[in-house]
Amino acid sequence: MNRFVQSINVNELIRPLGQLMVFSLGSAIALSGIALMLALVLDQTAVGLALQDKYNVTLYTYTLINLPQVVIDGLTIGFVYAAIALGYTMVYGVLEFINFAHSEIFAVGAFIGVEFLIAMDSSGLLRSASIGMSYLLLILAILLGMVAAGGLAVTVERVAYRPLRGASRLVPLISAIGVSFLLQDVIRLVEGLTTGDFNRIFPSFGNFDQRLNFGKLALGATNINLGISIKSIIVIVAAMLMLIGLNYLVNATRIGKAIRAVAQDRHTASLMGINVNRIISITFLVGGLLGGAAGVLYALKFTRIDPFVGFFPGLKAFAAAVLGGIGNLTGALLGGIVLGMLETFAGSYMGVFTMGAAGSEYKDIFAFSILILVLIFRPQGLMGENVGQKA
Amino acid sequence: MFNHMSKALSLFVAASMTMATCGMALAADAKSIKIATQSPLSGDQSVVGVDIKRGAELALEQLGKPLADMGFKVELAPFDDQANPDTGVANAKRIVSDPAILAVVGHYNSGVQIPSSEVYHTSGLANVSPANTNPKVTTRGYLEVNRIVGRDDVQGVVGADFALGLGAKSVFVIHDKTAYGQGIAEFFKKRAEEKGLKVLGFEGTEEKANFDALLSPILAGSPDLVYFGGMYSQAAVLFKQARERGYAGTFLSDDGFDSSDATKIAGQTLIDGGGTYYSTVSGPAAVYPGTAKFIADFKAKFNSDPQPFAAQGYDSMAIVLKAIENAAKAGGNATPTREAVAKAIRELKDFPGITGTFTFNNIGDPIVAKYFVIKVNSADPAKWSENSIVETLDIAPPQQ
Amino acid sequence: MISMTIRQLFEQINRGYWPYAIILAHIVLGTAMVYSTPRSSIAFLVLITSFFSLYYFKADIRFKIIVGAILALIVIPIVGVRNIFYLEVIFQVCVFAALALGLNIVVGFAGLLDLGYVAFYAVGAYLWAFFGSQQFYVLHFAPGTQPSNLPFLLPGDAFYLFLFLAIIVAAFTGILLGLPVLRLRGDYLAIVTLGFGEVIRVLANNLDKPLNFTNGPQGITPIQRPTMPETVVEWFNNVFGGMIGHKASTADLYNVMFYFFALMVIIVIIFVTRRVDDSKIGRAWTAVREDETAAIAMGIPLVRMKLAAFALGASFAGVMGVLLAASRTFISPESFSFMQSIGVLSMVILGGSGSIPGAILGAATVTLLNLQILQGFSLYLSELRQSDAVIPLINFAWRDLSTQLDPAKYQRLLFGLILILMMIFRPGGLIPAKRRKRRLASDQATAEQ
Repeated sequence: MNRFVQSINVNELIRPLGQLMVFSLGSAIALSGIALMLALVLDQTAVGLALQDKYNVTLYTYTLINLPQVVIDGLTIGFVYAAIALGYTMVYGVLEFINFAHSEIFAVGAFIGVEFLIAMDSSGLLRSASIGMSYLLLILAILLGMVAAGGLAVTVERVAYRPLRGASRLVPLISAIGVSFLLQDVIRLVEGLTTGDFNRIFPSFGNFDQRLNFGKLALGATNINLGISIKSIIVIVAAMLMLIGLNYLVNATRIGKAIRAVAQDRHTASLMGINVNRIISITFLVGGLLGGAAGVLYALKFTRIDPFVGFFPGLKAFAAAVLGGIGNLTGALLGGIVLGMLETFAGSYMGVFTMGAAGSEYKDIFAFSILILVLIFRPQGLMGENVGQKA
Repeated sequence: MFNHMSKALSLFVAASMTMATCGMALAADAKSIKIATQSPLSGDQSVVGVDIKRGAELALEQLGKPLADMGFKVELAPFDDQANPDTGVANAKRIVSDPAILAVVGHYNSGVQIPSSEVYHTSGLANVSPANTNPKVTTRGYLEVNRIVGRDDVQGVVGADFALGLGAKSVFVIHDKTAYGQGIAEFFKKRAEEKGLKVLGFEGTEEKANFDALLSPILAGSPDLVYFGGMYSQAAVLFKQARERGYAGTFLSDDGFDSSDATKIAGQTLIDGGGTYYSTVSGPAAVYPGTAKFIADFKAKFNSDPQPFAAQGYDSMAIVLKAIENAAKAGGNATPTREAVAKAIRELKDFPGITGTFTFNNIGDPIVAKYFVIKVNSADPAKWSENSIVETLDIAPPQQ
Repeated sequence: MISMTIRQLFEQINRGYWPYAIILAHIVLGTAMVYSTPRSSIAFLVLITSFFSLYYFKADIRFKIIVGAILALIVIPIVGVRNIFYLEVIFQVCVFAALALGLNIVVGFAGLLDLGYVAFYAVGAYLWAFFGSQQFYVLHFAPGTQPSNLPFLLPGDAFYLFLFLAIIVAAFTGILLGLPVLRLRGDYLAIVTLGFGEVIRVLANNLDKPLNFTNGPQGITPIQRPTMPETVVEWFNNVFGGMIGHKASTADLYNVMFYFFALMVIIVIIFVTRRVDDSKIGRAWTAVREDETAAIAMGIPLVRMKLAAFALGASFAGVMGVLLAASRTFISPESFSFMQSIGVLSMVILGGSGSIPGAILGAATVTLLNLQILQGFSLYLSELRQSDAVIPLINFAWRDLSTQLDPAKYQRLLFGLILILMMIFRPGGLIPAKRRKRRLASDQATAEQ
């Protein structure tokens, strides 16, 4: 027992959580500051007057009162991106390869989890489930999604990437794009043949849809409920657990040591008696497991999935991974949180600040703009050390 | 070596391509008639597109008998427009070059229908649209182009007037950034502003899952009514998230909301607060008994619930079949010309469909379209058909 | 083994006067087939593949050019007016061939993976769509609410001017994007260009407020075409009327006209590409593609060379965009999705990146598959499904076949498969580029020694 505790480096487990707190707080404060400053500047202009006309409050008050909820929302979606980004960063860290198909591996995880719950629902088990039982079923669904996605990731690596190892870096990337498109239609085909419909809906059960309310904030004549839903808390907690688990695996186990060795120098690692192919398979397995879990969590949070569900979250998660410093595990979480926050801030305030000229419809291109800016000004990302081009 | 290999390989590819199309030239029957459908059968809009085709398929199966009795062999020729104008136009040209095809049921996207129907127009091929609500579809005034659905500029107005009737003072308008959803929402907004409703915001979003950011300005303004122009798959998710965050007002949407999946997604949240309404051109089972039978038959044949516009696909095909029958009878049981079919469609009077009774005006809009406003009554998807009509309006399309 | 015998057979035939006979026979057979059965897909494919026998068989270059010109300029327009679907397919093959050739410069020559190539296509299309329609007067109307009796900003013949303007504007857009991002490594660049492609599409979808530039998702229509004098239509009917069998309309001749334009653009692209490839820039691209570090060491101005490739590729896409807008008279953001970019990429990859004939073959194959063969298969399946036929041996009724199994529905699967299989089994493409071919051939020679 004692030896077990010693072998787990407690510091190694706690450190990322501390970093997370700092990042979340930091990005929240920074963005809030910017939003409030903008509000102050625009308050006396036509923008402020237009808002006054509609909502009967000043722009500054409007911004301030909405802030807490915006921060909470930003954090939640940030953790979703972060959970997906972990898979990208894991594979990139080892192979320097963008696993473009990760978004579809994520989607497969989501589908397996949701199909399992739908089956449970039609057998009547869900409706009668107690709270404890429903959490158990959710965990089971997540595990199933993880297994399926992990298996798929390993298979994809074996079939479509391994034969291309050693080719120029664009070759496996093109293959990965191919896999991504192929999988979208395979999901569609399978779902179409088995259920006749590929829009699947996460059945509602348990107490996940409930909301914890922290109180009300008065804004003019209306009151804004400040709160967070239980499923959002589940998403955040699960993403944190994933980070801790991954961090432990990579930094405190033998396999992790081997993974790091392969990441640093594949050739030398193989000379040291490390089975490189096996380690790469394990890397994809871990990435797939994380992706599958993220998929089921995504379905839990947003209810509806289709075969193309992975594409945009996948791209944004990749942007998040780059933002945080690709190859760096904590960086992926940081990138996810910052991106989620930025997106939510932009979506919530842009419409008001521009008098409706450019609203939340531009939310999606925020991720790409950030991606481009980061790559130009700080290609190593916020957390990453400078990754020179490996041969 | 590789040089020649590649030549051989390319020749092989070319040869196998040729082989692949072998057997495609089936001998054309003298009295064989084909009716084409065009809708997105692949990609993310195929959910609706496939069901438009299925609706038409079902209609052909059930209503093809009169023509069969006259000695015609009527076949369905389904095309996939991939929701892409280029593919739609290419298919359209393929369709018009097949003389056996006498009419097209088709298009889900107005953006595909508009350029494709230019092709139908040049060769006089009749087109009945089951889903295109953009005014431009008919305002070009082509003899060949008809639709059995209402127009954006009417349905948006119906929605706004209904919101006023409910006593709403303020609204927030959202749409899905498609030609369909935005079209309706623009007219809703225009009418609402004219009538003195306070429009707190007007936003489009392609987002399908995470509406948190969009909800902040909505909840801050706490409007009496939230209007969504677009399909149920987004609307229901949005409504659910809004309700969970404490919005207590009323939801209103358009005929894209008419699917039992809406309650599968949003459940009780649609019933709570001010409730949920949607305006539609296709009445519920209570008004059109054919609809209930259609839903049952559809489920029996395809093992899934019909999506929005499946019933319209059925009706479009029914209209085409009836018109071909009339044209054939007028021509002494000979295969009618395309022109005759196009004219016969326009000449139909009070055709009883499952989604309405149709007579077309001189540009191809139904002369009087019935618009319903329907209230969602139950959180149980199985009880979707028990939704109640709260308002029925007969509105003629605007004259231009 | 089969490929060996085919190869031997091919070598035996491909000498002396045989090729001339085969080429002519192929063309005559194709034309005759198309003429006798104007709706058969096979007949059309036979005719189209005669371009490949023209390419493959050894014959005098003058003979090839003359026969090719007759085929492209006379036979195809006549056949195409008889059945406008053929002309549409050929037109789209030309459009995608031009796009593939443009992307080929970026991906194949300079080795930069551009996943947002249709963005430049969109820039060209929206350029003419805005100036060649009534959109200028719609600026202050919300989409769909404008009156219908607005004037046009420019006459239709301004189209010709905009063909050239599009080159400049698209090239400028390419440089604007390229300047910041071309310093990036290949895989990052790919993702950034993907993002850029999405940004352009989202802008096209959203720039309907505050000022209505693009009419949002409703798209812009009608877009003008250059004028078509009545005399041309009359002349065409007088000369070819007998062969066509019906009176050609103005709409038919517009189709022919845009086909000629597309053909002209392709010829210009091929000419420019070959000249550039043989120049200093082309050699610099090769150096950059093969080893960036070595290229820098040799003093090649890296970013400038990459920018040149980007701008050149972009300008071709821009021209095709103008052409598309005019030929369709309608433009909406749906035409410029990520799918389109991947479609063009898979054409380049299938044909052989860096290879001009490869890009054309790839474009032709994918376009034919997409528009004709898969759709044809699906139609055939649906005919079978409506008949009483059964599959022999397993005694399975066609009508029980699930409609989920329609090949036309699985376009993404097809693109995906092309990309994966080509990367694994034939990364050089169907017709590998010449430089690569030479190297591979010498490898082979040393291996055989």
